[in-house]
Amino acid sequence: MMRPGFADPVFQAQASFRAVLEAMSRPGRVQLLDLPLTPPAGLDPAMAAVLLTLADADTSLHLPAGAEDAAEWTRFHCGSPSAAVSEADFVLALDAVPVLSTLRQGTDEAPEQAATLICQVALLEEDRGWRLTGPGISGSHHLRVAGLPADFLQQWAAQRQAFPCGVDVILCAGHRIAALPRSVRIEEA
Amino acid sequence: MTHDPGYNFAYLDEGTKRMVRRAVLKAVSVPGHQVPFGAREMPLPYGWGTGGIQVTASILGPQDTLKVIDQGADDTTNAVSIRRFFSRVAGVRTTTRTRDATVIQTRHRIPEMPLREGQVLVYQVPMPEPLFRLEPRLSETRRMHALADYGLMHVKLYEDIARHGHVSTAYNYPVMVANRYLMSPSPIPAFDNPKMDNMPALQLFGAGREKKIYAVPPYTRVRSLDFEDHPFRPHRADAACAFCGARDSYLDEVVCDDRGGRMFICSDTDHCETRQEAAR
Amino acid sequence: MAYVAVKGGEAAIAHAHGWMAECRRGNPAVPGIGVEQIEEQLGLAVDRVMAEGACHDRSLAALAIKQAQGDLIEAAFLLRAYRTTLPRFGHAAPLDTRSMAVRRRISAVFKDLPGGQLLGPTMDYTHRLLDFALAAEALAEPAPEAEAAADEPLRRVADILAADGLMPAECDAGEAPPDLTREPMAFPASRAARLQNLARGDEGFLLGLGYSTQRGYGNNHPFVGEIRQGEVAVCFTPPELGFEIELGSIVVTECDMVNQFQGSRTQPPQFTNGYGLVLGRGERKAMSMALVDRALKAGELGEDRVAPAQDEEFVLMHSDNIEATGFVEHLKLPHYVDFQSELEVIRRMRATAAAPAEDRA
Repeated sequence: MMRPGFADPVFQAQASFRAVLEAMSRPGRVQLLDLPLTPPAGLDPAMAAVLLTLADADTSLHLPAGAEDAAEWTRFHCGSPSAAVSEADFVLALDAVPVLSTLRQGTDEAPEQAATLICQVALLEEDRGWRLTGPGISGSHHLRVAGLPADFLQQWAAQRQAFPCGVDVILCAGHRIAALPRSVRIEEA
Repeated sequence: MTHDPGYNFAYLDEGTKRMVRRAVLKAVSVPGHQVPFGAREMPLPYGWGTGGIQVTASILGPQDTLKVIDQGADDTTNAVSIRRFFSRVAGVRTTTRTRDATVIQTRHRIPEMPLREGQVLVYQVPMPEPLFRLEPRLSETRRMHALADYGLMHVKLYEDIARHGHVSTAYNYPVMVANRYLMSPSPIPAFDNPKMDNMPALQLFGAGREKKIYAVPPYTRVRSLDFEDHPFRPHRADAACAFCGARDSYLDEVVCDDRGGRMFICSDTDHCETRQEAAR
Repeated sequence: MAYVAVKGGEAAIAHAHGWMAECRRGNPAVPGIGVEQIEEQLGLAVDRVMAEGACHDRSLAALAIKQAQGDLIEAAFLLRAYRTTLPRFGHAAPLDTRSMAVRRRISAVFKDLPGGQLLGPTMDYTHRLLDFALAAEALAEPAPEAEAAADEPLRRVADILAADGLMPAECDAGEAPPDLTREPMAFPASRAARLQNLARGDEGFLLGLGYSTQRGYGNNHPFVGEIRQGEVAVCFTPPELGFEIELGSIVVTECDMVNQFQGSRTQPPQFTNGYGLVLGRGERKAMSMALVDRALKAGELGEDRVAPAQDEEFVLMHSDNIEATGFVEHLKLPHYVDFQSELEVIRRMRATAAAPAEDRA
């Protein structure tokens, strides 16, 4: 049986959005997204909430192969047309994370057309790990993420060169989210 | 409080909110860049705050406390009208106290009280394009932003200085955001520009008629354009508020008689009242 | 204290709106006007409001006109603001004006043509003399004797010219048209986006621009190939049915302007067309739209863009009277903070100008 989406589509979407907005505005700060949501196996509640909040029939979505329950649930509740990694507005990563440069980058005239990568990771922790600087951050923030590719920071540094083009990343783990807008600089601690 | 059952919470349908929310997120990730969005026709006229209203409606929730100001004041007609709109369609708590608000929608001013984390300042923007007086064509200005080619604006300011000894721009004074994008701060007086720099609160800008949203994330460098030999200097009337005596707030000049009499009062009504209360 | 700070905005607004409501009603001794009366007797006003409000609903348009006290731009705004809140079920099929039940059809380029010239309901050839009989509230007016609508679909003049290769046939590019109510205008704009924008545009603005092309600002040399007015079916395929059904029919006015074209290196000399389509009986606007559409083709046809009507961004960004009226009228809102900052700057400048030269920084 299909698992339900938001019990209250108006207020839960609003609460989720504010958490995502806060995450995107303050890179490296972890937001708690504690909504009563029972997504299908393979999809963390935070991830499911972000999808319900941002994706709909007007946005294209790339779902990873495999994860059939998650894919079916997302298609049903969001109604997003599916698209290739290089074309999609939103790219969903569950286990394997695609290389950032394979996603839509936007253009210098229309950087807003770049994709958003929504990534389910094993762990998100504030105040340790990477050192983040840039807009949204007073001084620096620290963020520890487990579950991203080993060369993620090299990929990030390469994409920073192309600013304002580049992918924005929303990280989800359990009920927690954090975001890496393309404007942020990331260094090993 | 409850909202008008005839409309969805905060008036906009959920699909429109999602569209606005997506634009807001992209705006935050590219600070100062104008993101086009499918602005809807609102039940208020274009130019009267429809962009700000759509942004506010898309972020607002029942836990929020909303403050609406126009010209710094909570009781100007347009501020009253917009606040009434939101208490009707969203049923949210409203306040005139800057410190109690979580969302502040503004036209033409930034409150005097420093804003904090946890607050969002939503600006109503009539003309989002900082270059429009120099180049009205959007296809051209879009190219200039892509190349970060802002020579035109520097030349304009320099000519001002050569001709008048001062930059003649008194409001809507252009700023550079995070050293990349030239941005219109909306028609706030240049006096308010320094408040945008490194502000702990999130700043969102909505232009409904021009269909653009842009943002300044918290703690982001916002620099008013200037020259080494002519540094940016914000100005205010050289007077004290007739009500609270403030010498550091932005003042409105009021004509009080037919004999050239003038008085100056705080433009930020909450700031002024708070000071008067403290003095009592 | 002589000056009292502006307080009580809420009460002032409520009183102003009360007064406005009184103005709308006028003298209560005079019977109120009914929405049905507006719909039936001010039909051209209803049509204009539907066209510029981009919403085909005669009774809502009539209500808007009543509420707006006959201010048609305000009425169109009311209709647009209402339209935005409506759920969308899907997209209708393109209107097929070839199968229009024509009640008016004229061509200025052929003396006669299959189906003939049908004057239909028109103000053309009336003498503009005030009809004082109308003021006398005649109880029964004589039933007008009109020509019957054409029984058979009439061939479009544009098709006749295209069949001879004298004018390129309009063809569907196969791309999904943009929806300007959902996504902002982008430049360069597709033809579909341009036509959509013009169809919603202000009649007066398009009229003035169209007129300017006739006076040499972007030479058009237009001929009215055809104006046709009548009912067309609106068809829709509900996804759950999977086949097309007819939702009803609406009155539209269509205009094809035929224009000279010298030809180019790649194309033999042929006529070019400008196209206008307007909800209701908006003949003046359909003609203006066709003139402006042709002028906006300058880019595609390799003509120099020199006139205002040929300037895509200028035309399309300023055609909407709801946007225009809002921004012009927003100047009424308080601007005293900005004005104060200008005062400070101008005083400083005057002081600088008055200071002896050696004192200047």
